[in-house]
Amino acid sequence: MIKKPFFGFGKPKLDYTDLAGLEPGEVKEIPFSKQAVMFVEAPHPTVADISFQVGDDIKTGQNLKVSPFSKATLTSPVTGSITDISRKKDYLGKALLAVSIDAAETDTWDDAFSDGVQATELEKAVQYLTGLPGIPNIDALIHPETPLKTIVVNGMDKDLLVTTQQMVVKSRGDDLKEGIEYLKKIAGNPNVILVVPPYLSTEAAKSGAEVRTVTPSYPNSLPEMIMKDVLKQIVPAGADPLSLGVGFISAEGVAALKFAITEKKPPVTKMVTVIEKSEKTQMIRVRMGTPIHSILQALHIPLEEGDRLVIGGPMTGRSIYTEDMPVLPDTDAIMVQGKDQLQHGGNDPCVNCGECIRACPVRIPVNMLVRLLENSQYEGAANEYDLLSCIECGLCSYVCEAKIPVFHYIMLGKYELSLMEKAEESANG
Amino acid sequence: MDNRKLFVSSHAPYWHNGSSIAIKSYNIMLAALPAVLMGIYQYGAPALGVVTFSISCAMIWELIMNFVMRRPVSIGDGNAAVIGLMLAMLLPATTPWWVLLIGTFLAIVVGKQIYGGIGCNPLNPALVAIAMIFLSWKGIMDFNEALLNYELGFPMIYPLATLKYFGVEAVSGFSIGGLLMGSQTGGIGSTFGLGLIIGGIYLIGRGFIRWEIAISFLAGVFITALLFNVANPAVYAGPGFHLLTGYTLIGAFFLATEDSSSPVNFIPMLLYGALAGLLTVLIRNIGAMVDGVVFAILMLNLANPLLDKIRPKALGKEMENA
Repeated sequence: MIKKPFFGFGKPKLDYTDLAGLEPGEVKEIPFSKQAVMFVEAPHPTVADISFQVGDDIKTGQNLKVSPFSKATLTSPVTGSITDISRKKDYLGKALLAVSIDAAETDTWDDAFSDGVQATELEKAVQYLTGLPGIPNIDALIHPETPLKTIVVNGMDKDLLVTTQQMVVKSRGDDLKEGIEYLKKIAGNPNVILVVPPYLSTEAAKSGAEVRTVTPSYPNSLPEMIMKDVLKQIVPAGADPLSLGVGFISAEGVAALKFAITEKKPPVTKMVTVIEKSEKTQMIRVRMGTPIHSILQALHIPLEEGDRLVIGGPMTGRSIYTEDMPVLPDTDAIMVQGKDQLQHGGNDPCVNCGECIRACPVRIPVNMLVRLLENSQYEGAANEYDLLSCIECGLCSYVCEAKIPVFHYIMLGKYELSLMEKAEESANG
Repeated sequence: MDNRKLFVSSHAPYWHNGSSIAIKSYNIMLAALPAVLMGIYQYGAPALGVVTFSISCAMIWELIMNFVMRRPVSIGDGNAAVIGLMLAMLLPATTPWWVLLIGTFLAIVVGKQIYGGIGCNPLNPALVAIAMIFLSWKGIMDFNEALLNYELGFPMIYPLATLKYFGVEAVSGFSIGGLLMGSQTGGIGSTFGLGLIIGGIYLIGRGFIRWEIAISFLAGVFITALLFNVANPAVYAGPGFHLLTGYTLIGAFFLATEDSSSPVNFIPMLLYGALAGLLTVLIRNIGAMVDGVVFAILMLNLANPLLDKIRPKALGKEMENA
């Protein structure tokens, strides 16, 4: 927890955590777990026939097409048999399939992957490259709606205390170099920019890409801020960088791409920062799909009822209700908070203190916005008070004196608006 | 399944900078303490009585309104106590108890609770009460009349009233140093200039008030008074005198900066402060009233929603009108 300094009247100053001399050798390996869970986009419930079923044996790296009607594929990080398939919903209500796999001790690698991924014919390899660590969705980069002019390889971490991407830049500079070349090949030769915090610029230079440094203070590593500070482009409210021809990929994703293509095996481990209750962090390498409880067990981190378990960092992470959740391709951090550290919301309305206005990196009139959102005026919030400009950094909630869950209201507002849009679209046929 | 541990789930962020309304309120009271203690030192037990009775009454009115309106008890956030303290700081030490009882009712109930409580008041509650008391019982707020029986070793005349009715010559006895050290009559907590400045700097430094408002208010008073003074030094007092007399300093640091009734965007804050400063001196120099701070700030409170419409375009919205 970073408290407000005793004297201070400007914006909150929150700096990203750097590796502070942590060496690649200090990354702990988490032993293999017998259980693995993977998530994949579920086909529409009415076309329910899923191509695989409970009891199927699968190999490591096997690419499973979920349904003939869906583009979604799943690359298995383990060898074993499917024990359970259940429907889940993600944070924004998207339907997912949770596929549980009873994993065998030894890996049997799937041949289709090595046959499919040939450095000479990368176009065909794309379907196998989904779900690699750090690249939850490579398809958006390869088949963009607007042709890609630039790809930003993000060597900065999304959140405070997290050091995953920085470690990748530090330890896998050579992999980044090759990975960037493959990336260019796949994505039609766009300009590639590697963004890193200043202290990593020498390591980043090894990649051969254009290196740009960004002041490591929160929220400068969020895509919209990188667009503004590095590329000098403003993302229109409600749009994403892809619509301007700029794609984002994490450094780990690029390294994983290199591994997959040169080794002809899917990378199945993921680098994760684990944040303990004391806010001490450590870095681990773990097989994707490993449930969080086995990670915490291996690291001897106690977790009791009433604590909080967060996937991601302290500002933008998502708290989860069960430690059975697995490590997924985009899990950069796992954070544990003790029950005595939890911040609870207040009863007070906005007192108009203006702290959020100072803190907001995109100049949203948060004090007015929250008044509309509290009263479910989502369209007014978007039209008059810039709801859709929000880049989701969470600083408004962090500084709120009345402890209003501003960020929660904003996400709810965005979600409700997207539902309204969908309803309107379907009504118009 | 049954022995599964349950975790507390909520939305990000999971950190908070530790600020709260209560911390802010108690710090405002702390910052006001030097000025209040000076007032109590000067006027003795009656001043202490006014301060404590005003704070208690304000909190009791708040509590009563909590029950009447069936809202959570909110006296813990300290806002009612701050309003009570501000009201007492503006009143003379001889204020009778029934004025305090009514004054705190006006501040808490009429000034704040009927709009929905903290954060919803369009006007500064303490100033609403002061304005109503001033308009209803002129004698109470006439410091010359109220403090008639005190002899504190400095001229027992209210500087602004003397200036208004007897001209610049009559106030030449007030030195800047004396005014800073509280050698003037006035409200319990509004005469000790140095104490108010120290409190104000403390609040600005810790980020509890918005410096833009305080500084622009003082600048507005200074510049307007200076212009008047330059135009006719025989009739209009200098800017230093206007800055250190009446409610100017308490207005700049404690009244104009009240959260709910003041703007939050940068340019509106500057406009709000500067216009309130301008209006203060206009009322003092050419208006009918002796001090202009109360009505100047109330006036600008009303303009606050309009002023706050002047705001920068959010990122990503800039293209629209291009």
